[in-house]
Amino acid sequence: MEVELKELLNDLQSLKKSISDPSDLALIDKMHLHVENIATLEKSGTTCRSKVKDMSAEVVDSNPYSRLMALQRMGIVDNYERIREFSVAIVGIGGVGSVAAEMLTRCGIGRLLLYDYDKVELANMNRLFFRPEQVGMTKTDAAVQTLSEINPDVVLESYTLNITTVEGFDTFMSSLTNKSFRTTKSGSGVDLVLSCVDNYEARMVVNQACNELNQTWMESGVSEDAVSGHIQLLIPGETACFACVPPLVVASGIDERTLKREGVCAASLPTTMGVVAGLLVQNTLKYLLKFGQVSRYLGYNALKDYFPTMEMKPNSQCSNTACLERQKEYILAKPTRDAAAKAKAADSEALSVAENPVHADNEWNISVVDDDEVDGADVRNSGVLPEGIVHELPVADEYPKQPITEAVGPADDLEELRRQLEALNAD
Amino acid sequence: MEGWDPNTKSTLTQIPLLTIKSGPRDGALWTQRLKEEYKALIAYTSMNKSKDNDWFRISAANPEGTRWKGKCWYVHNLLKYEFDLQFDIPVTYPATAPELELPELDGKTEKMYRGGKICLTVHFKPLWAKNCPRFGIAHVLCLGLAPWLAAEIPVLVDSGTIKHKDDVATSSES
Repeated sequence: MEVELKELLNDLQSLKKSISDPSDLALIDKMHLHVENIATLEKSGTTCRSKVKDMSAEVVDSNPYSRLMALQRMGIVDNYERIREFSVAIVGIGGVGSVAAEMLTRCGIGRLLLYDYDKVELANMNRLFFRPEQVGMTKTDAAVQTLSEINPDVVLESYTLNITTVEGFDTFMSSLTNKSFRTTKSGSGVDLVLSCVDNYEARMVVNQACNELNQTWMESGVSEDAVSGHIQLLIPGETACFACVPPLVVASGIDERTLKREGVCAASLPTTMGVVAGLLVQNTLKYLLKFGQVSRYLGYNALKDYFPTMEMKPNSQCSNTACLERQKEYILAKPTRDAAAKAKAADSEALSVAENPVHADNEWNISVVDDDEVDGADVRNSGVLPEGIVHELPVADEYPKQPITEAVGPADDLEELRRQLEALNAD
Repeated sequence: MEGWDPNTKSTLTQIPLLTIKSGPRDGALWTQRLKEEYKALIAYTSMNKSKDNDWFRISAANPEGTRWKGKCWYVHNLLKYEFDLQFDIPVTYPATAPELELPELDGKTEKMYRGGKICLTVHFKPLWAKNCPRFGIAHVLCLGLAPWLAAEIPVLVDSGTIKHKDDVATSSES
């Protein structure tokens, strides 16, 4: 195309020389300008690369995966190319979700499912990823536009819906169970769900879906004052679910009353959002590609640069019935788990070397304890939370459970009640 | 409940509490809950009328009772300001409260999330969490929306962000 345009420009030049009429000359100048514009547009548009069939470790400038495949050579990851088999669902394509999506796209993830109902606004420009020219587009469309340019190998699915509504939830559930990408996969159709939403209601919905589907997921959040955040791994039945304990937040470490609550409902910083997205995707990569230690809970306090960690056992009194079912299944599967752990321990025994303590000082009193020693620490009581982590909402008060009694009389018919309210509404 | 005015407190005690913990995906149990919601709304609406403090209309917009629409109004300097009110019952209800929307005010105040959802985080969410499943739609209106309107509408009117409908009519004629 570039050659063709150059030819056209040359032809216009020679045509210009052979014409004497000034009105025709002006027209030719105009055509000349148009051709030049097309040429620049063409140049900027050709940077899109074509799809890559196999990830290569070859170190050449044109290989988009050479630095990722080098993780194998460095002994960090056993088989990096497995990343192409994985599907990750990202709920909420905002300050954290969009950046997480870009990171996974650049890592060459197999498939991304993106959920959001919002549109891109100029007010989002203090965060990363979205560009001013995308204002007005849905966040899912804008994300697909950018991500498919960055890496056309990633399969992108976008869902523009609100998962908290009844219809939205049905679509959410069916999209998570769809196995068309990898038909041999056990469990649901995705390997991990990342919750990058900005409110409690949506988190509870992701929790509900993942408990029902027995789907491992990760939670992320940034505080409304933009100076703290956290990520959390949730394995139904094994770890506390999101409804097991009141939501936890990293205390900002300054007097809450000095935080200005007036004005905007939420503040945000590209830095905090970027840090949390980075922590989230790092944990995701470790979980999917099986390297390093996957964090159960990792907090980030930006004011003090403090990163608390903790683990939470499920609550046997959890109000979520699907969570209780998963807990029962987890307990029943204990013998199988123990046997597997024993076999693994025997394998690695030959390789084990006596290790010296890595850290001489231990300011935060962090200690490694055996799984069996922490026997269901009751984190519902904030007294046992690690320093720097507090509950965001209180626990529901205990009420004596009343038996559901079918009250008799005219006042118990739904239609009748509806009519009564409408009658009151009418005057 | 510290910090709430005695009027709201006494009103609250007269709204029947709910007992059934079920949401829109729970089938017959949801119908039971819906009946309790209606009873609480009927009691609250009648109480408001008897006290000459009528301030909202709300009815289910679908047969399942998962979408609600209506109006709410607030009187400031003897003028009545009326707004459309709508909300969905979330799938995780009653563990999470409905998010009340005043679409006409979307983008006009900072105490609001996208789509005209009023900000309830500080003054209401902790109360809802503590009182689950005893609070219902009537309680969100009484403890969530009413104080929000009382705090926001005077500010929006005084700053000129919203105008009374009569003023709008005269200014557009002139």
